[in-house]
Amino acid sequence: MASIIDIQGVSKSYWRDSFEIPVLNNISLSIPEGEFIALMGPSGSGKTTLLNLIAGIDKPNSGSVVIAGTDIARLTESELAKWRATHVGFIFQFYNLIPVLTASENVELPLLLTHLSKAERKKHVELALSVVGLADRMDHYPKQLSGGQEQRVAIARAIATDPTLLVADEPTGDLDKNSAEEILLLLERLNREFKKTIVMVTHDPRAAERAHTIRHLDKGELQ
Amino acid sequence: MKVLKLMFKNALRHKLRTSLTILGIAIAVVAFGFLRTVVTAWYAGVEASAANRLITRNSVSFIFPLPYAYRDRIARIPGVETVSFANWFGGVYIDKTQFFARMAVDAGTILDVYPEFRVPPEQYHAFMQERNACIVGADLARQYGFKLGDVIPMEGDIYPGKWEFVVRAIYEPRDEKVDGTQFFFHWEYLDERMKAETPARAGQVGWYIIKIADPANAAAISEQIDAEFRNSRAETKTETEAAFQQGFIQGTSLVIDLLNFISFVIIGIIMLVLGNTMIMSARERTKEYAVLKTLGFSAKHLVTLIAGESLVISFLAGGLGLLLTYPIVGMFSLFVPKTWFPIFYVEPSTVALAALSALGVGIAASFFPIQRALRTSIVNGLRFVG
Repeated sequence: MASIIDIQGVSKSYWRDSFEIPVLNNISLSIPEGEFIALMGPSGSGKTTLLNLIAGIDKPNSGSVVIAGTDIARLTESELAKWRATHVGFIFQFYNLIPVLTASENVELPLLLTHLSKAERKKHVELALSVVGLADRMDHYPKQLSGGQEQRVAIARAIATDPTLLVADEPTGDLDKNSAEEILLLLERLNREFKKTIVMVTHDPRAAERAHTIRHLDKGELQ
Repeated sequence: MKVLKLMFKNALRHKLRTSLTILGIAIAVVAFGFLRTVVTAWYAGVEASAANRLITRNSVSFIFPLPYAYRDRIARIPGVETVSFANWFGGVYIDKTQFFARMAVDAGTILDVYPEFRVPPEQYHAFMQERNACIVGADLARQYGFKLGDVIPMEGDIYPGKWEFVVRAIYEPRDEKVDGTQFFFHWEYLDERMKAETPARAGQVGWYIIKIADPANAAAISEQIDAEFRNSRAETKTETEAAFQQGFIQGTSLVIDLLNFISFVIIGIIMLVLGNTMIMSARERTKEYAVLKTLGFSAKHLVTLIAGESLVISFLAGGLGLLLTYPIVGMFSLFVPKTWFPIFYVEPSTVALAALSALGVGIAASFFPIQRALRTSIVNGLRFVG
C-alpha cells in the first residue's frame, strides 16, 4: 500500500537559553495509508515532537516530511494552516474543547474554514457526533460532559472535515479505564470502517496494543 | 456567524471582570463626554457666530467706547447692510452672584443683525413703545420667573444709579446653539441718563455690530472700516464676530487647553483599563488560540477574534458611557445656573469623538494580545499552563 506519511532524515532540536537540546535525530519513517500506528517511548524521547511534525504544527530543522504527497516542511505558515484544516484531525490528551461553545459548536469550528453552507455544516456535525455516540449531547457545554464524552466530542471535531490523517497525542492519558476503552474502540472503528490513517502517541501499552504497528522512540531515535 | 458568537462569548466569559472593565470605561467616557461638553460650551459663542457679522470696537481695548457718530460713516461703506451697536451695562440684580449679560442696544436694529433671537411682533412693538422696556431671553425668564410687565430693578456699577426695566418681550432662541439668557434694553434709555448725569459719557457705544451682504468680503470691509477711522481719537479694530468671540475666551485658553488635555488623558486611561483586561484574557486563552491554529485558523482569524472581543467590550462600555453622559449633563444643567453656561448640551461631535475613541481604543488595546497570540508557536501554546 502507498505511503501516506514519508519522513526522511528528520532532525529537530530546541533552544533553551543558549543550550541546544536535540529531540529527534535523523528519523526516517514511512506509514502506509489506512495504517493505525502507535508511537511509544519514555518521556522526552521525542514522540510528541514527531507527532507535531506529522501534524504540521511544528517544522523540522532538517529532512523532509511528506504527507499525502506534500512536503509540509516547505509550506509557509498560512499554507500550513490551510493544509492542516483539510488534511489533519488532531486529538489532544486534555481534549482542548472551547468551553464557551456547545458540543455541536465545537465540532463545527473546523467546518467554518470550509465553503460548506450552514445546512451542510449542520449535517456534518450531526454525522460526526452520531459516529462518536453523542448525538443526544449536541447542545451540552464541555463542563456538562464527562471526560470520556469530552474526548469523544474532540474526536468528532477531528473527523468533522473528513481529514486524511488523524493524529492523537495520549488520547486516553486523562481518562479512566472504561472511558479509555471506549475511546480506543472508537479509534479502531474510525480506522477500520472509515479507513482513517491514525498516528497515536501513548505511554499505555494496552492502548498501543490496539494499533496495527507499534514503533518505539528513545533519545530521539526510532528503534 | 460562529466567530462573532465566539467574540461575544469570550468577551463575557469572566462576567465580573468584564462588567468592572465596562463600568470603569463607561465612567471614563462620562468624564470625557462631560469635559468635552464643558469645552464646547466654552466655545459656544464662537460656534454660534454668524459669518456675515462684523464687530467694530476701540482698537486700544474693548473697555474703551467708540463715538456714536461712527454709525453713519460705517453705514456708508459699500457692502455694509445694517449697522447696530451695543454697550455692556453690567449692573447688579439681587446680588453680584446673579450674573447674566445685560446690554444697552440699538432697539431698532438689534433684531435685524441677530435674527436668531425670535421675538413675537406684538411684544417687539410693545418693547419699541417704552423707553425703559427690555427684552429677556426665554431661559433667563424661566430662571428668574420673569413675566411680561414685570419690573426688574438693578443697581448700576459701570453706569451708577438705580435702574428699572420693564419686561416687554421675551425672545426664544432659534435653536439650542443660541444663548437664551441675554437681557437687552434701549440704548437711548442709557444715553439720556448719561446726558443728564455724566455728559462726558453720553453719545458713546461699546461696539458696533455690522451685518454685511457677502461674508467673502469680510476682510476687505473690515479694512475699510478701520481705515476710515485711522488717526482719529478713537481708532477702531474690526473683525469677524467669531474672531471677536475668540478674543474673549483667549484669556481662559490655558484652562480650556488643560480641560482638553485631561479629556484626552482619559482616553489613555480607558486604553490602559481595556488593554489590561485584554492582555489577561488573551494570556488565559493562549492554549485555545493554539488549538484554533491547530485546527487551521489563520493569523487573520485570530486578529479578528481578539480585536473583535476588544471592540465588543469597548463599544458596550462606550455605549453605556454615552447613555449615562446625557442624564449627567442634564443634571448639571439643572443645578448650575443657565447663565453660567447658556449653551450646555452634548454635541454630536462629542458623541462622534467618543465613538471614534471607543473604536480606536478597542483596536489599540488588542495590539499586544494579538502580537502575543501570533508570536506564540502552536507547540508552546499547547504546552502553556495559565
